[in-house]
Order: sequence, then structure tokens, then C-alpha cells
Amino acid sequence: MNDLFAGFVEAAHLVLTLDNDLVEISLRSLQVSVIAVFIASLIGLPLGALLAVARFRYRRTVIALLNSLMGLPPVVVGLVVYLLLSRAGPFGVLDLLFTPTAMIIAQVIIVTPIIASFSHQALRDLWYLYHDLLISIHTSKAQRMKALLWDGRRALLTATLTGFGRAIGEVGAIMIVGGNIDHLTRVLTTAIALEVGKGQFSLALGLGIVLITIAVVINLAVHSLSKTERGGVW
Amino acid sequence: MVSSILPLTLINVSVRKGAKVILGPVDWELSSSGCTIVLGPNGAGKTTLLRLMHGLQKPSKGEIAWQADFKTVSARQSFIFQTPVVMRRTVLENLIYPLLVRRIPKKDAEREAAEWLEAVGLEDFKQKAAVTLSGGEKQKLAMARALIIKPEVLFLDEPSTNLDGASTVSIEALVKKAIADGTRIVMATHDIGQARRLASEVVFLLHGKIHEISAGGVFFDAPRTNEAQSFLRGDILL
Ligand SMILES: Nc1ncnc2c1ncn2[C@@H]1O[C@H](COP(=O)(O)OP(=O)(O)O)[C@@H](O)[C@H]1O
Ligand SMILES: [Mg+2]
Repeated sequence: MNDLFAGFVEAAHLVLTLDNDLVEISLRSLQVSVIAVFIASLIGLPLGALLAVARFRYRRTVIALLNSLMGLPPVVVGLVVYLLLSRAGPFGVLDLLFTPTAMIIAQVIIVTPIIASFSHQALRDLWYLYHDLLISIHTSKAQRMKALLWDGRRALLTATLTGFGRAIGEVGAIMIVGGNIDHLTRVLTTAIALEVGKGQFSLALGLGIVLITIAVVINLAVHSLSKTERGGVW
Repeated sequence: MVSSILPLTLINVSVRKGAKVILGPVDWELSSSGCTIVLGPNGAGKTTLLRLMHGLQKPSKGEIAWQADFKTVSARQSFIFQTPVVMRRTVLENLIYPLLVRRIPKKDAEREAAEWLEAVGLEDFKQKAAVTLSGGEKQKLAMARALIIKPEVLFLDEPSTNLDGASTVSIEALVKKAIADGTRIVMATHDIGQARRLASEVVFLLHGKIHEISAGGVFFDAPRTNEAQSFLRGDILL
């Protein structure tokens, strides 16, 4: 209880004094997660739409695969990306290990199946409503996907935010491929893990509170922005 | 005018779902003009027949022959569903969608849409989300969206079954106007009054088969089959 209270005090102190380190690692957390979620959305949203409208032989297999990839253990993803990017690995020449880019790569792998799977579920329901109409109007497959992605954008926003929540709170993979290097790859989650290791519970808790606050604020901001757009009817 | 996609010929067509033949075999020619009413009790196969002609349903057997290639044929017909399907967009965006799909510039599409909004009385709703319209308004929007591409053939599947009297009157007025403009109408209904008001030809369906085909006046005054007589009397056909 004491630790918890000290944590709040620490968090308030860090935020109110705009602690340099705190600002730096918070911005890096945001940067890595936002870029990763952006890339994952570019892949995951169209993939979800394609799976909703297309009927091909291994569609069910792909969907089952995506659903199981959603539960990929981040530590294993981190390990695999580490091995691929390490000096001896196939992409070693790129020299990406222990950089924010390596962290983004790992997060894209973790988040893409989540966004694809959630958007597929939402767009499948919309496709059920639109199916007859869009076939009757004689739309191309690309036009059908476009209609679903546009008209389903609210649900897709939720899918994307779910991915963001997963990305910004992730620690296992980015710890391995980023290395938690001060002023280079340290982000909120890896900093928390470090402080816990050092026994600095109140600082760790303070960082945790900042992390949760950022996630909540981003969600609220995105939702209220999208609501004002059109009266929040759908 | 460009050459017509009609007449449409159905040759020995049937549709099977599982082990059950739900439509056919049907042999029929849809002539080039007029308003054909497909009449019959629930489950007779009206929806299936219309979807088959429109291309939403593949025949299990037989042939459906139009007078033009697939692309031309698909571009020149529209379908009105029993439960209106509206997209999660504004009324205006719903209305111009078929034009945008045809790669008509948005400006031109919106100019075209203005006339149709007025024709169906939805001008005041054009920026409203279409899903918030009433059932009758949705069906009027669906009519405008079907007609905006100036189809040669318009299929309507019981368009006013779920609507109140006033909406039914407006839908029928729109159908009459389309007939007057030369649109070939094929409309399913189980409403005898509606059929009488609109039909130039009646196709009476029963148990998935065409039971009787007559000119509109003839069918209502002197139905040839016992089943058509009892259907017109309002008996329940089993
Ligand atoms: N997808 C389907 N699977 C099985 N049976 C169907 C299917 N669609 C329609 N039917 C059956 O086919 C028959 C004709 O249906 P339908 O064409 O909808 O009739 P109507 O429009 O005249 O009421 C009905 O008995 C219906 O139960
Ligand atoms: Mg029906």
C-alpha cells in the first residue's frame, strides 16, 4: 500500500517536473508503437478486408493461422527477430539489432495478426449485410474491399487501438531486440522492468502509471475525434 | 439507342438447394417491354427466380441467355431487395455509389443525384446517415439508387411487403414512372391488389414452377387454372 502511494507521488513528481528522461523514453515508446501500428495497419486492415470478401481455397486455414498468431509469445518473436538481425544472421549486414527499427520490426510481427484478425471479424459482419447489394451493383473485388474499409472504419479504429494497446505495453520482444539501452532503445516498459530489477518500486510504479495514462489518453482522444465526425451513429 | 439486352431466355433452368429442387425446371422468355408481375404464395420461388435472372443465384441446371455479353448485361440492370440494403454512409453517398463504381466523376454523380433525391422526396435527408431512415425512406433511397444508373431492366422483390400504406403508394408511383420511362420491370409480390395495379403480364408461380402465364387483364378476369382462381380468391394454397 505504501509502495502504491509512493508510486503515485513519484508519477506526479516525474510528470510535473517534466523529467527529461521520462519525456525522452515516453516519446520513444510512442514513436516505436505508433510507427509499428501504422505499418501493421497498412498490412492488417486490407488483409482483414480481403479475407472478408474473397473466397479462396485456403481462406479458413489463413484465418485459423491468423487467430493463432494473435497469441504469439512476444519473447519468442523477439528471439527470432534477434537471430535474424544478429551479426551472424541473414540480415546481420543491416546492423539493425539494438535499434528502435529492430523494436518496430518485432512489434509489427506481434501486432499485424491482431489487427488483421479483429478487422476481419468486423468486416465479415458488414460484408454479410452488403453482400447482395455489392454483387448486384457489380463491384470489383477491390471496390468491395474499399467499401468495407471505409464504411467499417469505426470498427477498424477499435481494431487498430487494440493493436496499439498491445504494442505500447509490450516488453518481452523489444527488450531482446532493443536491449533497453539508455538514450537509444529504452522505452517505458523496459525501463519499468529495469527499475523493478533494481528494487526501485516507486519509480517503476510511477513509470507504469505514466504508461497507462498515455494509453488511456490516446484511446479517449482517438475515440472522441472519430465521434465528432458524424454524431456517433455507427 | 444501343442494342437491347432483352429478350432474356430461360431454358430448362432449375435451382437446387441440397436435395430439394426449389425452382424449376423453368422455360420462359422475358419479352422486351412491359411490367411482369411474378405472383405466388410464400415459398413459391419468386425470390429465387428473380435472383436467378439478375445473376445473384447460379442455376443448378439449364441456361440463362441474354442478348449481350456478361459485362453489358450486369451493368444495365438493378435489383430492389425485399429488405432494403443501405450502406453505412449518408443518403447522398448511398445514392451516388453505383455511379462511382462506374467511374463517373463525383461532381457529375452528385448533380445527377440531386434530381433523384427530389424525385423520391429525400432532399432534406441527403446528409443524414442512411441507416437512420425509416423503412419506407430506405426503400425509396434504394429505388433512386437502382434507377440512377438508368437500367434497362429493374427487378423488384416484394419491395413494399414490410412497408406501410403511404410508403407503398410512393413505391408504386416510382414503379409506374419507371414503366412510363420504358424500364422493363420484373416484380415479385404476393399482394394481389398491387399486381392488378401494375401488371401488363403475370407469371403465376407455384411450388417452384411457372403455373400460368397470362396478360395482366386476362389473368385477373379469367384465370385458367384452379390454383390461380383460388389464389385470387384469397384461399391458402398448400
Ligand atoms: N438458401 C436456401 N436453402 C434452402 N432452401 C431455400 C433457400 N432459399 C430458399 N429456399 C426455399 O426455396 C423455396 C422458395 O423460396 P423463395 O424463392 O424465397 O420463395 P418466395 O420468394 O416465393 O417466398 C422455399 O421453400 C424456401 O424455403
Ligand atoms: Mg421472397
